[in-house]
Amino acid sequence: MKNRWIRGLKWIVFPACLVPLGLLVADGFTNQLGPDPVAEITHRTGFWALYFLLASLAITPLRRLHSRLAWLIRFRRMLGLFAFFYACLHLLTWVWLFSEFDLHAMAHDFVKRPFITVGIFAWVILLALAATSTQWAVRTLGGKRWQWLHRAVYLAATAAVIHYWWIVKPGVRTPWKVTAVLVVLLLLRLAWKAKETARKSQARVTVPA
Amino acid sequence: MLIRKSNGIASSEITSLSDYRNRRAFMQGAALAGVTALAGARLLDVAAPREGVQAATKLATVPSKLSTSGITPTSFQDITTYNNFYEFGTDKSDPAKNAWRLQTRPWTVSVEGEVKKKKTFDIDALLKLRPMEERIYRHRCVEAWSMVIPWDGYSLAEFIKECEPLSTAKYVQFLSYENLNQEPWIKEISLDWPYSEGLRMDEAMHPLTLLTFGLYGQALPNQDGAPVRVVVPWKYGFKSAKSIVKVRFVKKQPRTTWNESAPNEYGFYSNVNPSVDHPRWSQKYERVIGAPFWKARQATLMFNGYGDQVASLYAGMDLRKNF
Repeated sequence: MKNRWIRGLKWIVFPACLVPLGLLVADGFTNQLGPDPVAEITHRTGFWALYFLLASLAITPLRRLHSRLAWLIRFRRMLGLFAFFYACLHLLTWVWLFSEFDLHAMAHDFVKRPFITVGIFAWVILLALAATSTQWAVRTLGGKRWQWLHRAVYLAATAAVIHYWWIVKPGVRTPWKVTAVLVVLLLLRLAWKAKETARKSQARVTVPA
Repeated sequence: MLIRKSNGIASSEITSLSDYRNRRAFMQGAALAGVTALAGARLLDVAAPREGVQAATKLATVPSKLSTSGITPTSFQDITTYNNFYEFGTDKSDPAKNAWRLQTRPWTVSVEGEVKKKKTFDIDALLKLRPMEERIYRHRCVEAWSMVIPWDGYSLAEFIKECEPLSTAKYVQFLSYENLNQEPWIKEISLDWPYSEGLRMDEAMHPLTLLTFGLYGQALPNQDGAPVRVVVPWKYGFKSAKSIVKVRFVKKQPRTTWNESAPNEYGFYSNVNPSVDHPRWSQKYERVIGAPFWKARQATLMFNGYGDQVASLYAGMDLRKNF
C-alpha cells in the first residue's frame, strides 16, 4: 500500500478508535449509562483497553498471512497506544470513582487485592511500552533491545485477562472469549517460531559441509 | 378561555402501564409465537410462560412501623432492570430480558424437615395469609451497590408459625425454583443448583425478615424473584432467596449456594458489615443505584442501618470470623 493511502487511512482509524470514548461521554451526558453508571464506565473502559490490546496483538499474525498485508504494521503502534489510553481511563475510574483519590485506601487495595495488583502491573507495562513507542526510543534502545522490551506486551495482555478472571465471581465464565482470543494469538506466535526454527535447522542440514 | 387539547391520542390507545413494562416480554412472546407457528406445536410450551408475566397484579397494602423512614426509593425502572438472578443470565440486565419465561402459576411452596407435618402452600393462599405490608428497606448487594426498595409482604415469622416447626429446627433453608426449560442460563454457570439459602431460626423469626410478594404495590416482577421470596434487609442481597419453592426446617446449618462456591468470599451469615472486606473489594462504601456517577459513592452502614433492631442477634459472636 502506498504511503499516501496509509496516511489517509490513519485519518479514519484514529477517530474510529475514539468512538467508544465518544459514546461513553455522550451516554454520560444523556444519562444513558444505566442504573450503575460507575460500573458501566469501569467495564467499558476496561473492555476497550483489552480489545485494543488484542487488536494490536493480531497485527503480526494477520501480516504473516500474506505479504500484501505488510502495511498493517503501520497501525500497530496506534492500536497499542489506544489500549494504553483506555487503560488509563480504566485506572482513573478506580482512582477517582471507586477510591475518591484516597491514597491510603488505594495502597491497601494494591497490597490486599490480587486483581488490583495484577491490573496495575499490566498498566505499568503498558506505560513503559507507550513511553518507548517513539522512533527516537527505537533508535536509542537499538532494535533488538527495543523488541525484547516490547515483548512484555504478552505479559501485559496475560495480566489483563487474569485481572478479568479475578474480578468475576467464582463459577462465572464470561471472560472465556477474550481468553480464547489471547491464547490463539499467543499460540500463533509459538507455531510461527517453531516453523522458523525447523526451517532454519533444515536449511543447515541441506547445506553441504 | 381556549383550552387546547395537547394531542389527538384517545385514552383507549394509551398502552397500559403493565403492558408497557412488559413490552419486551410481549415482543419476545410475539416473536416466539411466530416461531412456534412455523416450527410446530412442540414449541408451544415455551411460548406459554408469558401469561404469568403479563399480569402486573396490584396488591392492597397497609403501612408498617417496620418500614424504614427518611429514605427515597430507587426507581421502579432501576429495581426491575438491574438484577442479580443467575438463573436468567449473569449480566445485570439479563433477568429483565429473560425472566418472562418463568411460569409463576401454578406455584406451590412445600414445607418439610423438622415440622409437625409436611405441608404444601398454594401461592394464592400465601398471598392471603396475612395483610400485606409496605416495607421500605435498604438493599445492599455484596458487590458494593445499593438500592432502596418498597417491598410488599409480611413477616416471615407469620408464615413460620403456620409451618409449625419442631423445637429441633435450628435453621431454615430456602430452595429456589430450578427448571432448565425456563432457566437455560443455569448451564452457563457452575454453581450447585437449585439456588439454596438459609437463616438461623432467630434470624428467620425476626420481624424485619420479610416474606415478600411484591414491590411498589404490585406483584413481584419475575426478575425480582416472583412469585415469592424472602428479604433480609441487614444481610447482603444474595441471602434473600428468590422464587422459593421449598422451605426446609433443619437441625444443622444448611448448604447455601454462594458460601459453597467460595466460602472465603461469602460467609453463611453475610451481615452487611463495612469493617469486614470482601477479599476482592472493600465493603466500606457502596454505589447508590440511580445516582449520577460523580456522587454515587456512599458509606455503608453496619447491619445496613438495622443495627438497633438486629445487633442483639449476634451478641458475643465474632463477626469477623462469622462474616
